[in-house]
Amino acid sequence: MASKFTRALSLGAALAAGLALAPQAFAKDWKAVVIGMEGAYDPWNLTDSSGKIVGFEPDLVMDLCKRAGLQCTIIAQDWDGMIPGIKAGKFDVIMDGMAITEDRQKEIDFTKPYAASPGSFLAPKDSPLAKATGAGTVINLEKGTPAGDAAIKSVQAALKGKTLGVQVSTTHANFAGKYLKDIATVKEYKTPDDRDQDLKSGRLDAVLEDLPTNMATAAKPDGAGLAIVGPEFIGGIFGPGEAMGLRKSDADLTAKFDKALAAAIADGTVKKLSEQWFKADLTPQPGS
Amino acid sequence: MDLDFISRSFVRLMSALPLTLAVWFLSVVLGALIAAGVTWLRVSGVKPFELFARAYVLVFRGTPLLIQLFIVYYGLASLPAVRASFVWPVLRDAFNCAVLSLALCTAAYQAEIFRGALLAVPPGQVEAARACGMSGLLLFRRAIFPIAMRHALPPYSTEMISMVKATALVSLVTLWDVMSVALKIRNDTLVTYLPLILAGAIYFVVNYAIGAGFLALERRLTPHLRSRPA
Amino acid sequence: MPDLAIFGFGPGGWGLALLEGAAMTLLVSACGLLVGAAIGGLVAWARLSGRRLAGAVGEAYAALFRGLPELLIVYFVYFGTSTLLTETAALIGHEGFIGVPAFAAGALAVGVISGAYQAEVYRAAFLAIARGELEAAVSVGMNRALMARRIILPQVLRFALPGLGNLWQVALKDSSLISVTGLTELMRVSQVGAGSTHRPFAFYLGGAVLYLVMTVITTRIFDVAEARATRGMRRAAA
Repeated sequence: MASKFTRALSLGAALAAGLALAPQAFAKDWKAVVIGMEGAYDPWNLTDSSGKIVGFEPDLVMDLCKRAGLQCTIIAQDWDGMIPGIKAGKFDVIMDGMAITEDRQKEIDFTKPYAASPGSFLAPKDSPLAKATGAGTVINLEKGTPAGDAAIKSVQAALKGKTLGVQVSTTHANFAGKYLKDIATVKEYKTPDDRDQDLKSGRLDAVLEDLPTNMATAAKPDGAGLAIVGPEFIGGIFGPGEAMGLRKSDADLTAKFDKALAAAIADGTVKKLSEQWFKADLTPQPGS
Repeated sequence: MDLDFISRSFVRLMSALPLTLAVWFLSVVLGALIAAGVTWLRVSGVKPFELFARAYVLVFRGTPLLIQLFIVYYGLASLPAVRASFVWPVLRDAFNCAVLSLALCTAAYQAEIFRGALLAVPPGQVEAARACGMSGLLLFRRAIFPIAMRHALPPYSTEMISMVKATALVSLVTLWDVMSVALKIRNDTLVTYLPLILAGAIYFVVNYAIGAGFLALERRLTPHLRSRPA
Repeated sequence: MPDLAIFGFGPGGWGLALLEGAAMTLLVSACGLLVGAAIGGLVAWARLSGRRLAGAVGEAYAALFRGLPELLIVYFVYFGTSTLLTETAALIGHEGFIGVPAFAAGALAVGVISGAYQAEVYRAAFLAIARGELEAAVSVGMNRALMARRIILPQVLRFALPGLGNLWQVALKDSSLISVTGLTELMRVSQVGAGSTHRPFAFYLGGAVLYLVMTVITTRIFDVAEARATRGMRRAAA
């Protein structure tokens, strides 16, 4: 009968051996991947009453995973916990209408974009934004064009002294922070639903959000008095488009998804899903 | 340790402190007024009034403050009847909603404190005062209030501190209080713990000051309850 | 009055989701209370031990967690536990994620707060035990473990029940703050439902009603438990 000490020692040795071997056991042979989404970002992703997450991104990611031969599951995660969550390992991919920005690229890697949706304003139909310069057109902020400057100036004039709603930590919040800081009251919300609720009740004069999301909000029965007004912006502070976010250490997984995405764009799957959910083709053009 | 970052964050957090304190003070005062009313109903001797007061306390102490806050801020704003009424200009503002909701909640707790304090007044004192010919406001001011107030001080201090902690919830209804700013710093810089630790320190100091203030008040007003020096 | 169908149990109805949320609330609050009991017991023991350092640590714990906003503690515990575990594990060479699910983090947060208050309840309960009984136990020759089992614990539990009933209600309400971590307890389900159906008033009111029902029922249970536990005891107040 081994003494207590010997047993403890052998147990400790087994544990140490197990831990030493563990890193090998985790060599990334990607079979199962967990995707993080908000489930509250209609039409990118939303939760239906059975608790299932549906939308453009769930459909797209299931297609991509099939192409890449991966078993994918989707979990819900609040927007402001996305990057800390992926870094902590709660999930492996962020797919939540997240635009590629330099600040985010410091923390995570992105695939190529799967959509390029402009930022747009949602407001009551009679909002002063409706008369702003460049209303109804898409303005690229990449290079400082005179058209862009004029549009921004007229937006600033239209929103002077008004209240604008954005979601926290988004490119829209960045835009508002940069161009509307001391001009309008900018209110930041944890979830798009809370913000849209305040728009409908009249607490906000306008909301800055992705075009498809604004369109979905305006299309609902209680969005009757709202419309997409003013200029739409793309590029510059808004980034080149929305893409999947991954940990920097998972470059092989990023490559897998890039390959699948390229195929999905090439054969028109992305265009089909985009038209189905966004009522417009927001596939990023090559070279954009 | 990036001292520059720490000091900048600290300054940002402190600049949000006035809002936190404003919400706290106004909700406490409004709550005290509502609580006085509820207590008056409770001890009125009129059955329906008493039932209403008891129901009020039950509802506002039996449900989480967060859901009460959301009902006032999001719930009421979604009702067309509210938006068309005269209260809308008041409820439109997040600050007012926050103060109102916190006041309604603290009123329930304060009402119970007031009730306990009133029950602690020795009936003999009240009888003696009446025998002397006091009644109504004079009776309350001279005989009841001084004794009741001294009994209310310790639990009231606890409630004041609870209210400071409750103000952190207004960060969830778009107000830029200390808690919101701490979370914003975290979101922008992805530094997780430091803003929360700094914010915690600020809240702790405020609560400590309130506790110490009430303790000093208790010492002054109840020297007869203090232990004798050895 | 908006149609109550959204609260129904069929497809498209949120009744089941709300009830599941309520069940989750009860579960996480109960676990939080148990964690708090463990922590509270420890802190009370430290403060009663007579040793200066233990007493100071106990008092510092109680003062700290009674002076910080509950929401702050929830965020701190939620952000902190996974990171702490993952980094500690990384130190011994383990790769990958050590998940602390939102439930555990939530129960821990509620427990950490509750423990600070429970410590006070247990301390007062212990001090209420007649000194004579403890002296008699020692003189009869009981060792500490037996004394704890026979004399101390039953009476502490009896005296602590009213305070614990109160703290249970507090834990139930504090659990609503765990909604910010995404755990699908009642507050969270109300929020998701409100956002999804654009009916915030209905959902938050419905959620509040469910909380009230839970509070009333569980308070009743505590009252019954208190009445049974204090059978035959002479007490100052009814």
